[in-house]
Amino acid sequence: MNRLRLRGLVRKEFLQILRDPSAIAIAFVLPVFLLLLFGYGVSLDAHHVPLAVVVDQPTAQTSDFIGSLQQSGYFEPRYSPSFKVARDALMERRVSGIIWLRSDFSREMLAGKTAPVAAWLDGVDANNANIVQGYLLGAWQNWLQLQADEAGYALSIPVRVQSRIWFNPALRSRDFLVPGLIAVIMTLIGALLTALVVAREWERGTMEALMASPVTMGEILLGKLVPYFLLGMGGMLLSVAMAVWLFAVPLVGSFWLLLACSALFLLVALGMGLLISTLAKNQFVAAQVAVIVTFLPAFILSGFIFDIHSMPAVVQFLTHVVAARYYVAILQTLFLAGDVWPVVLGNSVALVLMATIFFAIARRKSRKRLD
Amino acid sequence: MDVPALALVGVHKNFRQGGRQIEAISGLSMQVQGARITGLLGPDGAGKTTLMRLAAALLWPDTGIVRVFGHDSRDAAAAIQADIGYMPQRFGLYEELSVHENLVLYADLQGLGPARRKTRFDELLQLTALGPFGGRRAGDLSGGMKQKLGLACALLRAPRLLLLDEPTVGVDPISRRELWSIIKAMRAQGVTVVVSTAYLDEAELCDDIVLLHAGKLLVQQPPAAFHAPLSGRCFSVRHPGIRRRRLQESLSSRDGVVDALVQSDSVRVVLQGDLPPRQEGEAWQPVSPRFEDAFVSLLAARAAGAQPAGMPAAAARPARDPAPDATVASPATVLQPIQSDDAARDRSAPVIEVHELRRRFGSFEAVKGIGFAVQRGEVFGLLGANGAGKSTTFRMLCGLLPATSGTLRVAGVDLRRARAAARARIGYVSQRFSLYGNLSVAQNLAFFASVYGLAGERRRTRLDWARQEFDLDAYLDASAVELPLGFKQRLALACALMHEPWILFLDEPTSGVDPLARREFWQRINQLAESGVTVMITTHFMDEAEYCDRLVLMSLGEILAFGTPQEIRARVRTAAMPEPTMEDAFIGLIQAHEAQTRRAA
Amino acid sequence: MWARIFALIVKEFLAVLRDAASRTVLIGPPLIQLMVFGYAASFDLRHIPYAVYNQDSGYASRQLLARFSGSPVFRQVAVLRGDAQIAPRLNDKSALLVLHIGQHFTRDLLARRTARLQVLVDGRDSNTAALALNDVGGIVLDFNQQWAAAHGQRGPPAQLVTRAWFNPNLRSRWFIVPGIVALLTLVVTLLVTGLSVAREREMGTFDQLLVTPLRPLEILVGKAVPGFVIGGLEGGFIALVAVLWFHVPFVGSIAALALGMFFFLLAAIGIGLMISSLAVTQQQGLLGVFLFLVPSIILSGFATPIANMPEAVQWLTRLNPMRYFLIVVRGVFLEGSTVPVLWSQYAPLALIGVGSMSAAAWLFRHRMA
Repeated sequence: MNRLRLRGLVRKEFLQILRDPSAIAIAFVLPVFLLLLFGYGVSLDAHHVPLAVVVDQPTAQTSDFIGSLQQSGYFEPRYSPSFKVARDALMERRVSGIIWLRSDFSREMLAGKTAPVAAWLDGVDANNANIVQGYLLGAWQNWLQLQADEAGYALSIPVRVQSRIWFNPALRSRDFLVPGLIAVIMTLIGALLTALVVAREWERGTMEALMASPVTMGEILLGKLVPYFLLGMGGMLLSVAMAVWLFAVPLVGSFWLLLACSALFLLVALGMGLLISTLAKNQFVAAQVAVIVTFLPAFILSGFIFDIHSMPAVVQFLTHVVAARYYVAILQTLFLAGDVWPVVLGNSVALVLMATIFFAIARRKSRKRLD
Repeated sequence: MDVPALALVGVHKNFRQGGRQIEAISGLSMQVQGARITGLLGPDGAGKTTLMRLAAALLWPDTGIVRVFGHDSRDAAAAIQADIGYMPQRFGLYEELSVHENLVLYADLQGLGPARRKTRFDELLQLTALGPFGGRRAGDLSGGMKQKLGLACALLRAPRLLLLDEPTVGVDPISRRELWSIIKAMRAQGVTVVVSTAYLDEAELCDDIVLLHAGKLLVQQPPAAFHAPLSGRCFSVRHPGIRRRRLQESLSSRDGVVDALVQSDSVRVVLQGDLPPRQEGEAWQPVSPRFEDAFVSLLAARAAGAQPAGMPAAAARPARDPAPDATVASPATVLQPIQSDDAARDRSAPVIEVHELRRRFGSFEAVKGIGFAVQRGEVFGLLGANGAGKSTTFRMLCGLLPATSGTLRVAGVDLRRARAAARARIGYVSQRFSLYGNLSVAQNLAFFASVYGLAGERRRTRLDWARQEFDLDAYLDASAVELPLGFKQRLALACALMHEPWILFLDEPTSGVDPLARREFWQRINQLAESGVTVMITTHFMDEAEYCDRLVLMSLGEILAFGTPQEIRARVRTAAMPEPTMEDAFIGLIQAHEAQTRRAA
Repeated sequence: MWARIFALIVKEFLAVLRDAASRTVLIGPPLIQLMVFGYAASFDLRHIPYAVYNQDSGYASRQLLARFSGSPVFRQVAVLRGDAQIAPRLNDKSALLVLHIGQHFTRDLLARRTARLQVLVDGRDSNTAALALNDVGGIVLDFNQQWAAAHGQRGPPAQLVTRAWFNPNLRSRWFIVPGIVALLTLVVTLLVTGLSVAREREMGTFDQLLVTPLRPLEILVGKAVPGFVIGGLEGGFIALVAVLWFHVPFVGSIAALALGMFFFLLAAIGIGLMISSLAVTQQQGLLGVFLFLVPSIILSGFATPIANMPEAVQWLTRLNPMRYFLIVVRGVFLEGSTVPVLWSQYAPLALIGVGSMSAAAWLFRHRMA
């Protein structure tokens, strides 16, 4: 390893980054773009869900019930003259569900029987329907309790669930999406950018000139690694800053630990990028491969949005080779739970292992020859 | 020390391309001695680039040994790469970096210490005259300047062996001349130079020639040794009553003629024996042989033995096709209908007219109000240094680029504003023979036939014509991208001629194509011109300028000279240079103009 | 003129299909994405790991816990023996939730007092946490009803009975897979059209086309048709896979889907050709496609409801053709929508299609050189 040669390569790479807007765009503009898009565009928290309410015989009890739905903040009840009208509204997507209080609602209730509250939900968006159903259940139980309190009788519910939500008590989906997104962004910067810039050297014939000079293959690889490592860390800091200050995601764990783990993951991503670049020597193919084998898995198989436990066994097994999986776990923990060492250490070991393997293969595969 | 700079022993090197195995180097043994300039020549696909890469230890031989100053390339790549300077075909420059930053990078990579760096940079910048451009980005340099910068980067640490892979492709004559003076300066310092080239006149400048063909060594000897067997067989033929191209055609079809080539006011002929097949009225004057004569006769002899699988060989044509003028398939006869259609048209009426044509890119004026006219059936050349504005002019003529101001009429219309039908009158071959690479030859032909609206009987005859005339039958199902360069050129020409255009636009149609394919190409162009097709061509080869009936020479967006090749040559004729070549004329006129512009500025 | 356009179309198809790399790009990635999304992209919880800390020795707690261990949603991973063991379990993610039952659980129940089940949830993945809590609530509700019936207790004064229309079991696969039809149709169409001009520019064949008698509009049509056919075939194929492989019900009319697909392809091709005429290199084209694709997927309602987005963003989604086509696809698959019902979606889709095609044609004519 020759300091002079390495310095020359690193300086060249930085000059290229500075003068080529596309590298800057991928490292800094893309993170901002994605964070804004996800931060504002993606939310699993339903609020003001429009509900059509059909009341056959309005009474004090029915308006009391509807009022409690409104007060929960999750619903926006709209009175509908008949069930048929309500159903049409649902079909046209003007409402997400229907509440039907039949004519015997008050009578049954006052007679001490169990009055039925019929609810229909649009099940097309199953996840949303599930969440809305949960809200509805909660609102209903609150109302029951209120009724009991007002009437002064004890509500006879055999078992009552008392839930305590750790780490994200308000269950804000943004708080878990934004940290996870950092993993996706870092994958893009690390793997895609590295694969592209190496492929560019092949395409333009500069790799041939480099190889014919006394520089060693290790120096060429390291000369790529150092600049894009720094660039990636820059993109990471930008993302964290946006997460904390713009989206108000709490950073409970230590910043330095976050920095260290991010550095480790970035190494893995860079290793993947270098490995891709040894196989794909033009930018078009490199971009395709990078998106398919790094970006997509980081998006879907990392636990960033979709829960890994719920996947089929085969797919779960596959997620073990997705580096972003380990990093997403670390990120969500450090941001929301704090420095939980078992999580951080266990996943870091996996990352170290993957980094070692990727670099070993990349080093073996890249020979200082053209064939 | 008597260790050769470069030695190959029984080297084989295969590549896989698509599903096929290609033998790039096949059993090559040779040596290059120190402190000499060795030229690497051979037709397209002979294995020149592979040989360069083997020497730079960028490729390992499949079998055999490659040694550089005694180091085996398999064991001691590092030692070899510390001793060589290598310039790949695309120069290996970082386009985003400035001239100076490129130099600094390669100085770092080659371990040139800071102490020696300053003086070395100054030396090289002076040598390459790049001093004033130190801050300019490499991507913004002209082709010639890029090439000199690439060379400077390869020379930084004063290598013992300098490997240059086709350094002069696409570079204008002035830059080529400058490059060769640098190469000679290196030899004087004891550097061994191996240079591959497609320009045969450059071979004369080498100390030693290695002639490759299909991965095998044909011959290795000094240029002079090539001349010897040809003495007494080379002639310059004149006929006062016949135009040069006619004369050349007639000569090349006679028995015993290996090669016939228009040169200045006469036709240069190489014979098989030393008995001229003289005809009445012709003046045969013996001339001294040059390298190109030897090259063509050597390769033509090989190609004649290996037809048709071998290379395109114009010189071998007469044997197969004794009277080209009489064959049904030649464009001359097939193009006849157009001629008769237009028989009423005045032969002297201009087909292309340009008046006060200007083109601005931002504040930069690439073309500064030029004007000329091209007659029907003329071969008209557009020449100029890199960046002279000839490509811009060319693209405006084809209708690919709007003019900023001025008028231009091609076949009576401005192609840019004309209805699409007017474009059916022109054919166009672009610089890179732009064909649909992953379509087969037959599919490319069929596509262009349809696009030009050929249908029914005419479509069938034209497709048959294209296949036969250009010998494409063997390749019909091959993808265009896999064709040898010479065949790509043929296919591009076939597609452009499919609809029998009035005017044919050719943008550097011969760059990178080997000399034999170029000869064949020009034979076709001549036939087309004789049949009444107007041909507009740009080229970097000065010998090709001689084939033109008239030409314009551009520099810095202006026309420097306009006229027949003889007229242009005459402009630089002096006592010191009684018989200037086209290259002399080119360089003389452009340098004078540039100097004048500088003085004015 | 038609012969020329036809030749162009044939040429475009050959250029795409004869090249092994672009063949792979059209077939490989969409299939991989289909499988990955189809199997992995699911909000349906299964095998959620939970730990039990049961301080009660009575039979009621065992009955309740049996309902959890019998549910496919949950998987018991540990039995805890003290408060101190709870935090580590949740912290290191080995359990997503801990069910804590106090000492007097059975006694309280038998005494007709309300017994408490404490549920501690890891909220790091808030969506999973919310869904898991819903499931816990459902199991407890069932238990309560049975217990009340068995012990002659009076039920609550009102009972909530929910039903989900169109997707009674609320399977998210039924929601995601039809979405993939729209997603991949968009991706493939954009890749085919968005890069086609840039590829020709890079190879230099675009100049060659421009000097032929072809008119800009003819070139445009020649470029649009292959995208239309390939996008349509791919969309149709994925719809078939959705029905035959993933068993998503298809209750609507094929005509309604085809009409929606037609307008959607029109819009997608228009946008692809706009990108194409602006991009000089394939890399720029790719970047343009990417920059258009990501927001249009995120802001379409593909994974998360548009109703949850901020007001301004919701307004923005009205420009997104994918938004309308998603409603068409899901409507046709799950709700049995027919052509008349979907006019409210076709109209904006057609408007975007016509707009983008006109813009593409304009750009095409003005950026020819």
